Amino acid sequence: MSTNRTIVTEADPIFGRLTLDSIPFEDPIIMTTFTVVAIGGLGLVGSILYFGKLKYLWEEWFTSVDHKKIGIMYVIVAMIMLFRGFSDALLMRSQQAVAVASESGAGYLPPEHYDQIFTAHGVIMIFFVAMPLIVGLMNIVVPLQIGARDVAFPFLNSLSFWLFVSGALLMNISLFVGEFAATGWLAYPPLSGIEYSPWVGVDYWLWALQISGIGTLLTGVNFVVTILRMRAPGMTLMKMPVFTWTSFCANVLIVVAFPILTVSLTLLTLDRYIGTHFFTGDMGGNQMMYVNLIWAWGHPEVYILILPAFGVFSEITATFSRKRLFGYTSLIWATICIMLMSFVVWLHHFFTMGAGANVNAFFGVATMIISIPTGVKIFNWLFTMYKGQVEFSAPMWWTVSFFLTFTIGGMTGVMLAIPAADFVLHNSLFLVAHFHNVIIGGSLFGYFAGITYWWPKATGFTLDETLGKWACGLWTVGFFMAFMPLYILGFMGMTRRLNYYDNPVWNNWLLVAGAGALIVLCAIAVQFYQMFASIRDQKSNRDWTGDPWNARTLEWATSSPPPFYNFALLPEVRDRDHWTDMKELGLAYKRPSKYQRIHMPKNTWAGIVIGGISLVLGFAMVWWIWWLAILSGVAMLGAWIIYAFQDDKDYYVEVDQIEAIEKKHFSNLGRVGESVTEDLESDAVTISV
Amino acid sequence: MTSDFQNWLRLAILLAGCLLVSGCDEFMLFDPKGPVAEQQQWLIIVSFAIMLIVVIPVLIMSVWFPYKYRSGNTKEEYLPNWEHSNKIELVVWTVPILIITALGILTYITSHSLDPRKPIESDQPTMVVQVVAMDWKWLFIYPEYGIATVNEMAMVVDQPVEFLITSDATMNSFFIPNLGSMIYAMSGMENRLHLMASEAGTYKGMSTNYSGFGFSGMKFNAIASDKMQFDAWVTKVKDSPKVLTDDVFKALQVKSRDVKPLYFNNPNPLLFSDIIEHYTGGLNVD
Amino acid sequence: MSNTNQMSPNKVGNLIMGTPRVGYTGYIEKELHHDYGGDTVFGFWIYILSDCVLFATLFAVFAVLQNNFAGTIEARDLFELDYVLAETGLLLTSSFTFGLAVLSANHKSMRGLVGWLMVTFGLGAGFLYMEINEFIHFTHEGAAAWSSGAWSAFYALIGTHGLHVFAGMLWMLVLFGLLFKEGLSENNIVRLMCLSLFWHFLDIIWICVFSFVYLMGVL
Repeated sequence: MSTNRTIVTEADPIFGRLTLDSIPFEDPIIMTTFTVVAIGGLGLVGSILYFGKLKYLWEEWFTSVDHKKIGIMYVIVAMIMLFRGFSDALLMRSQQAVAVASESGAGYLPPEHYDQIFTAHGVIMIFFVAMPLIVGLMNIVVPLQIGARDVAFPFLNSLSFWLFVSGALLMNISLFVGEFAATGWLAYPPLSGIEYSPWVGVDYWLWALQISGIGTLLTGVNFVVTILRMRAPGMTLMKMPVFTWTSFCANVLIVVAFPILTVSLTLLTLDRYIGTHFFTGDMGGNQMMYVNLIWAWGHPEVYILILPAFGVFSEITATFSRKRLFGYTSLIWATICIMLMSFVVWLHHFFTMGAGANVNAFFGVATMIISIPTGVKIFNWLFTMYKGQVEFSAPMWWTVSFFLTFTIGGMTGVMLAIPAADFVLHNSLFLVAHFHNVIIGGSLFGYFAGITYWWPKATGFTLDETLGKWACGLWTVGFFMAFMPLYILGFMGMTRRLNYYDNPVWNNWLLVAGAGALIVLCAIAVQFYQMFASIRDQKSNRDWTGDPWNARTLEWATSSPPPFYNFALLPEVRDRDHWTDMKELGLAYKRPSKYQRIHMPKNTWAGIVIGGISLVLGFAMVWWIWWLAILSGVAMLGAWIIYAFQDDKDYYVEVDQIEAIEKKHFSNLGRVGESVTEDLESDAVTISV
Repeated sequence: MTSDFQNWLRLAILLAGCLLVSGCDEFMLFDPKGPVAEQQQWLIIVSFAIMLIVVIPVLIMSVWFPYKYRSGNTKEEYLPNWEHSNKIELVVWTVPILIITALGILTYITSHSLDPRKPIESDQPTMVVQVVAMDWKWLFIYPEYGIATVNEMAMVVDQPVEFLITSDATMNSFFIPNLGSMIYAMSGMENRLHLMASEAGTYKGMSTNYSGFGFSGMKFNAIASDKMQFDAWVTKVKDSPKVLTDDVFKALQVKSRDVKPLYFNNPNPLLFSDIIEHYTGGLNVD
Repeated sequence: MSNTNQMSPNKVGNLIMGTPRVGYTGYIEKELHHDYGGDTVFGFWIYILSDCVLFATLFAVFAVLQNNFAGTIEARDLFELDYVLAETGLLLTSSFTFGLAVLSANHKSMRGLVGWLMVTFGLGAGFLYMEINEFIHFTHEGAAAWSSGAWSAFYALIGTHGLHVFAGMLWMLVLFGLLFKEGLSENNIVRLMCLSLFWHFLDIIWICVFSFVYLMGVL
């Protein structure tokens, strides 16, 4: 959008680069969006204040260190960002559906706008949809699955979440103030350097990712410690539920891979801010090094996104096949193999850079080797259904859809892993179709399955099954319609990120793809409606038992939603399907004779305050408002120090309170199948519309 | 059953035929006009076919297992505690390993045989074309002929061409789908790509690596013809009044979109290496 | 909606795990003592691991760019090993004095702890002073962070280490405050342990910096 605007390159002492001209008044699309967002936001804030809910939100949610609530907040933010990211997708599909022309200026989006849209789409979907969905699910589920009371570092968990929110907000501010990067989602230099991207777009990208990336790194440390040190007695590593295992591997990957992202972003920041020469074209910089570094993070990132989804499918397949998971041990080893191998394949993202034949062959073969454990996993799930009694609930729909979609995506992935084939497929729409195939059909379907599966655990009531199946069906059909044409277009030689093209034959396929995107739009609408309707009808969907699916693992042993302390007495685990074991031994739903007081962390203001100031810091850095940047940096540090000096970070839950909560739960057990009209007595999470 | 199967087979062949034969012109990757592209087409089809060995059974099982063992179906055996079978484990590890071994060997061989730097064997001498990616157009320099062009290049059928590729701006990727392999164009670096056309025609060339706002228009025509027509093309370029002086080159460096073909005479013979050195300049590596 | 009945349809019983021990209820009746301090120290180890990756990346960047002086003054013309050895001496000694501080803490000697920490702080400050001095000197000689790829990599690596040392010193100041407030509380001991890990880790990183950057730069 920098076409008609003067780009300020000198920093004003007070406002930095920020001028009134930074707001894209001339763009009707952005201004309309801004108006809608502003009215919606004001309406939301207004109604919160009107109904006096601010105190409730602050005390029960914003300052909460309860992993379940933090997890729910992650999922909510992710769904909002999904809406934004998908709007970008619709803009792209509609632009490409109309932009047949031999010259620039076709369609309704000029390259200056369109290029920001595809960059934003990628960044949002990976960093602000997929990551929070998976971190949110891990937050909700992992401590429950291992029988812990919370994560190891509850305050850090809250801080991680708010840093992530800051990153997401900063990214969204770029829509209305200034511009976003128009460089592609990984911002390769020299294009992302100050010479070719002189204004604020890339800086927004850098700071949004840096801030949320540090949050993710903290999450990684937190969950590694949680899983290794806070498991219930008796739960050895090889008795951990598979979702916990895959989450563990994903978090190890976060701990090892995210520092590489931190460094890459920092060096690019230095190149742009103080004129260093890490990635510049001249003065001894090396642009290939950036590409190597960013993919040394980027490829493990792919597995951070997919491994937990594999865990979700493992839990769901076993539960709904009413059967133990087939080949648990080989599934775990397959996961560990994938985790280790994910660090030796990064070069397959740029075979066409001109490395030697042996280097390319090595990385090609290494990539293919990953498909072996991945294939084994699929067979394990298939043989879990074999000789089972498969029940087609909505989570199972997502799972079967995943088998079909992901297998195809895996196959095209192996084709791209052959360097000589990649020489003609690289950067084509074939590639775009491939990674959407694995990220949507693999990761996203996994998260949706997981949300459907664990929704009752988090909220106390199930999601509407029929609408869930509709959503899954529409997503699947829409996905195939939107992306199979892209495979074909790839074979036709169509490159990714085109703003216009002169081949009318491509147009037919792009119209089909556009129609597919509309079906996905319907699917997303059904999903939002499903959540709305289920919240509205929560009284008839109530899960009294805590185990609506007749499931197998530990998280189902407590009530839905669980009390804030998760388990009144810590479980003692004997079998990897602990809950099934309990049910078979007739020990399930037995009320213990007495309770002990429980040590729990207190809520804290520090997470949201430090996270909030980081947003100011990011904004100030983007706009070169140095005084504000220094001030907010010092403020963040100060807030942390004040928190460190604070006493009173934890407390004991007394036995009578526990007894009261547990009594309610056990009396609720008698109400199975009951559709209630009076208000619930549960004092845990209740969501009201 | 058999006739059903035959019908499906017929349909499949018909569909495959549509994709591979009738729509060939549009499917640039399945319409190879040179030895490199031909091998790559073959490679894509073979690797696809090999993977179908495991993909088809998986797809069938994904639907068949849950259907057969659906919860209402009491006729089938139900083994809730069955969780391990050495036989199945052996098969599910071995089959993928075998397939990946086959593909791995194929990968190793083709990585070498289709290495972009490997000269193409031919009784004709290799022609050198220097390629510079600029904002946002392609500059071609023919050092042997003393000519330079923008967004149009020509080559002789059955004569191997060695492209020396660099960039004077952001990172791009040089690609002529009908002829095969692409490679990145990066400033301060020289990449080599060997291609050959085996049929006359005008092929589309493009950048496949996003390089900024004018990226979509970074297209050129690659004209493959016999020697006579090629010589005529060279003469036509030579007759162009424009000389690629330093000033003209500076004008070319200015960002521009959708640039129509331009012809130039007498480029500085050192222009290509000058462009590279402009970036590496004074770099005391080695 | 799925069936909500409690028992699994499995009639065979759990053959795999067999019968549980007598008195098994599925939960433990006595709340276990959880070692929160141990969690923190272990978590800090995990953080150190990720910091190792961060430095490894910077070392890799340095390895790639170390000869790209692009006509600017070269490292071997600027590096003075004696100076760097003095810096190294300061940091190594500070690691030793930190060890003494921890020993004092183990002997419950508040005075020893604070005293040795102050010495450590002073040595750290001396190290930082020397480093910044060196940076200023190099910049004057035409080797600034923005001069060329090699110098950018140099400053990034050494500067990141220096920032860590600075952070460690800030942490020490905060710890002084906390010690003043809480004395040798359990939390403060855990904090001291983490800071000690951090400080020794920085020492190890510096030894790598010294060998790979300075020694090999001069050779």
